[in-house]
Amino acid sequence: MAGKVITITSGKGGVGKTTAAANVGAALAELGQKVVCLDADIGLRNLDVILGLENRIVYDLVDVVEGRCRLKQAMIRDKRLPNLHLIPAAQTRDKSAVSPSDMIRLCDELREIADFIVIDSPAGIERGFRNAIAAADMVVVITNPEVSAVRDADRIIGLIEAEEKGPAKLVINRINPAMVERGDMLDVDDVLELLAIDLIGIVPEDESVLVSANRGVPAALNVKSKAGRAFANIAKRILGEDVPFVELQSENGFFSKLTKFIRSGGD
Amino acid sequence: MRPKVQFKGIREGLLVTLSDGEWSEIELALMEQVDAQADFLKGARLILNVENHVINAAALGKLRDQLSDKGLSIWAVLTNSPTTETNAQALGMATRIYQGPVVQPKVSRNKDQDGDEAILVHRTLRSGASIKFDGHIIVIGDVNPGAEIIAGGNVVVWGKLRGMVHAGANGNPDAVVCALGLSPTQLRIGEKIAVSPSDGGTMQPEKAFIRDDKVVAEPWMNQGQSK
Repeated sequence: MAGKVITITSGKGGVGKTTAAANVGAALAELGQKVVCLDADIGLRNLDVILGLENRIVYDLVDVVEGRCRLKQAMIRDKRLPNLHLIPAAQTRDKSAVSPSDMIRLCDELREIADFIVIDSPAGIERGFRNAIAAADMVVVITNPEVSAVRDADRIIGLIEAEEKGPAKLVINRINPAMVERGDMLDVDDVLELLAIDLIGIVPEDESVLVSANRGVPAALNVKSKAGRAFANIAKRILGEDVPFVELQSENGFFSKLTKFIRSGGD
Repeated sequence: MRPKVQFKGIREGLLVTLSDGEWSEIELALMEQVDAQADFLKGARLILNVENHVINAAALGKLRDQLSDKGLSIWAVLTNSPTTETNAQALGMATRIYQGPVVQPKVSRNKDQDGDEAILVHRTLRSGASIKFDGHIIVIGDVNPGAEIIAGGNVVVWGKLRGMVHAGANGNPDAVVCALGLSPTQLRIGEKIAVSPSDGGTMQPEKAFIRDDKVVAEPWMNQGQSK
């Protein structure tokens, strides 16, 4: 097997990296792929909580890197999806416990046993970020339709290009079609015009994401969740399927803008 | 035999050249020197020239921490070893001491040919990017918010200019800034500082310059105007 390493990052905190990692991982697993989610946010781990696997942690990423356990011992299998595994971050250490070369070695090993390795990056542009992208075959940048998040996404895209991991793919998270229509929120066009990278997902603002995170069940597994469906579509696009951006079609005025950037966004 | 540790002050900081040999001995010699001249060296920014030493990230991190205890920071590591270079970069240190993609023109030009030195930057400058040059700067691509361009001469952006730009940075009030879309976060010419109008600018080709002691922007069409 030659698995693909996908790193999910953003620069700014709180835009939905961990949620996206959990949901894209779960959606890929549901599509029959063998997935390992890897939490690179050492010291501030969350991915285990979102996936509802916190109480099953015995070994973590740092234990693997420092040789206290074998790789497979640290892989926690999801209770709902047998294809989905999590390697949690250590909570009692910090980013310096792992180096970029450790990550490359670990991911080389994981590529042998999984189709996709989804890495949840910490916020920031320092060591943790460098660890998270060291082994990436594909980097997905998450941003929100707000000026500060887009600014940080721009910075991170520049760094990804400098590390020769680009071009990155873009996911715009927590978009509120009603606010965009009123002109109170940046629209997809505005964001894409500045960032000029390929878009692979638009996720609407959706309360069900918060509810499912608190319950430890990824929204992608809930067919009623709009955001969940958007994450499932991202997973399909990662698998190479051509899924049109239609989730928000019912919102008047929004879709016309969408079609515009699809034509011009392939830069 | 040359000394294990040599200090030399350069423009960017204090250049420390370490000789070949057992790394632990070199490290020890360096720390002894630092201790001996603690008062003199305090607060210095070091550029460590380690030449052929292969230093792993842990050892480099340890050295950085030890030096930081003495009030010294490692700003850059110069090395012939790709491993050391990667490790230094992972620790957030520079590995080259010239800054920015400043390219000196190699092609010699006719003495009687008109024109000034300029650099061409053919990419989009994203947030965090910084281009500084004494002559003119030409960008083919956008300049995003959070990026900065500082030129001794004029600045021409074939794209949208939304970052910070300073033309005539050495105090030249005759410098101009041209862009296909002119909406900079801040625009400086010589000593003058201006901001874009709050409507975000018109995003049409414009040229900014100083007239009557004020920064003004005009549609960039009148090519006949001498400048």
